Amino acid sequence: MSEAVQSVDATSRPLRRSVFQQIISNKTVWRGVIAIIAFAMLWEIGAQFKAWFGIEIWWVGKVPPPSEVFTTWYSVVQRPGYWESWYLSFFRVFLGFIIAQIIGIPFGLALAVNRYFREIFFPPFEILRPIPPLAWVPASIIFWPTTELSIAFVTFLGAFFTIVINVLGGARAIDIQYLRAAQSMGASQWDLFRRIILPGTLPSIFTGAAVGMGITWEVVLAAEMISGGGQQAGGGLGFFIWSSYMGGAMEQVIVGMISIGIAGYLSSSLIRYLGTVSMPWRRLF
Amino acid sequence: MDKPTSVTRDSAPASVHINRVSKAYGEEWERQQVLEDLNLEISPGQLTAIVGPSGCGKSTIVNLVAGFEKPDSGTITMNGEAITGPGIDRMVVFQETALLPWLTTYRNVVFGPKLRGDMDPRELEAEANRIIDTVGLSEFKDKYPLQLSGGMQRRAELARAMINHPLLMIMDEPFRGLDAMTRELMQEFYLHLFEESRRTNMFVTSEIEEAIFLADQVVVLSNRPATVREIIEIKLERPRNFEMLSTSEAYDYKRQAMEILHEEALKSFKRTGGQDDFLDAYAKRAE
Repeated sequence: MSEAVQSVDATSRPLRRSVFQQIISNKTVWRGVIAIIAFAMLWEIGAQFKAWFGIEIWWVGKVPPPSEVFTTWYSVVQRPGYWESWYLSFFRVFLGFIIAQIIGIPFGLALAVNRYFREIFFPPFEILRPIPPLAWVPASIIFWPTTELSIAFVTFLGAFFTIVINVLGGARAIDIQYLRAAQSMGASQWDLFRRIILPGTLPSIFTGAAVGMGITWEVVLAAEMISGGGQQAGGGLGFFIWSSYMGGAMEQVIVGMISIGIAGYLSSSLIRYLGTVSMPWRRLF
Repeated sequence: MDKPTSVTRDSAPASVHINRVSKAYGEEWERQQVLEDLNLEISPGQLTAIVGPSGCGKSTIVNLVAGFEKPDSGTITMNGEAITGPGIDRMVVFQETALLPWLTTYRNVVFGPKLRGDMDPRELEAEANRIIDTVGLSEFKDKYPLQLSGGMQRRAELARAMINHPLLMIMDEPFRGLDAMTRELMQEFYLHLFEESRRTNMFVTSEIEEAIFLADQVVVLSNRPATVREIIEIKLERPRNFEMLSTSEAYDYKRQAMEILHEEALKSFKRTGGQDDFLDAYAKRAE
């Protein structure tokens, strides 16, 4: 009797497990956690003894140990300015990134489906593409009335070209058999676009988004360093690092660096999550 | 004329006439003539297999009859009407799967009728479930194509074509790439579908045995530019089974087709840089 109850319980349990329980029991998560702890310990040892297990390497020990970094971090998180920097950097990244998506995806699709559009717009696009986003900073400061807009514009450029190239490539690579099969079944031009080209390009849209997101973070931080914060633009994580460095607060520099690492990881996790949700057919078995 | 119901559309046999069709590809200076003055007739209610050496233009014939491409000269008619573009009266089952990877089996099957909105939703659902059941995929109707095995994908594609009630089914090497066992099962299954519906079928393949096993007539094509070399009437009785392939009758058909294909393959081998070219080149080098 009790055995039967137990077995029912045992079979139904996996279904009822909470997300937290799933994470706790996931070996991959544990390996990741252990790896991070091991890395921090190695860093601590190096920073404390200026050597790794008796082997002196010239750059070991130049950086404050994680224990000090975390102590600094603990005091930094209590300052509203730090969180404001988080907010500002996130805002700039997402502003540029989302505008780049809104313009980049239709532009890329138009390049893919219309020959004349491609012949007219692709050559100038290809000349503008190799220009590093940071080279746009001076021009951008002249173009836009506020520093905030200048930074957003540079961020936008960072993501835009990658997004367009991915969308264009993805849309052009769609198997012609899909289009032919749909045509046989009575699809109009609009149907082909909406039901074949759009979903067929989705994987590339997400690839472009993931890569574009990475570039956006790189760009926004550099832009913040260059713009130097200013009154309007305020800090941002990039400016936080730069001003800490100028003030000689090495621990804060490291805090800023790790913060960016976390921010970038969260952003790309979000993209990955959206990708899995909107493309269930790629989530096999 | 009344709007045809699905039943009459299902049973109405279509005939296709390919009349002096030529087709070439490429720019002027490197133009490749793929079809030249091809005449071919696909009889109503029959399964016509088209075999030929690889690269002879079989897929071009498929694209022309399906309406994906237009001939340079000549005409193709179905039931007397010229084919000017793709249409739901002709369904193609492609070489590699053309199921849409982002739709489940069920959604793939109902793709055409849903697109056109020409079926009552409830009727469509019942019909789709019936056809999915016919091809034995009921349990897999909510799976995505990549979750299906090769054989299942082919069956799903057959279902997707069948629900549109085409007058003509065009099969473009549909079982290529399947393992031998699955391939045999698919041939049997497909044969069964044909023998029940007696819809006009055009079946392109490079496998002679497959052609003989399935078809009422086997059209053997020449090398490029493709013309009809021979039409072999297959008189094996229906319903067919694999044992018929080991009869002397089937053997004769096979030998007959093999001889022609061998000749054509040799021609192709010579033309595309075979032994003779090699010897030529070697002789020139020696000079």
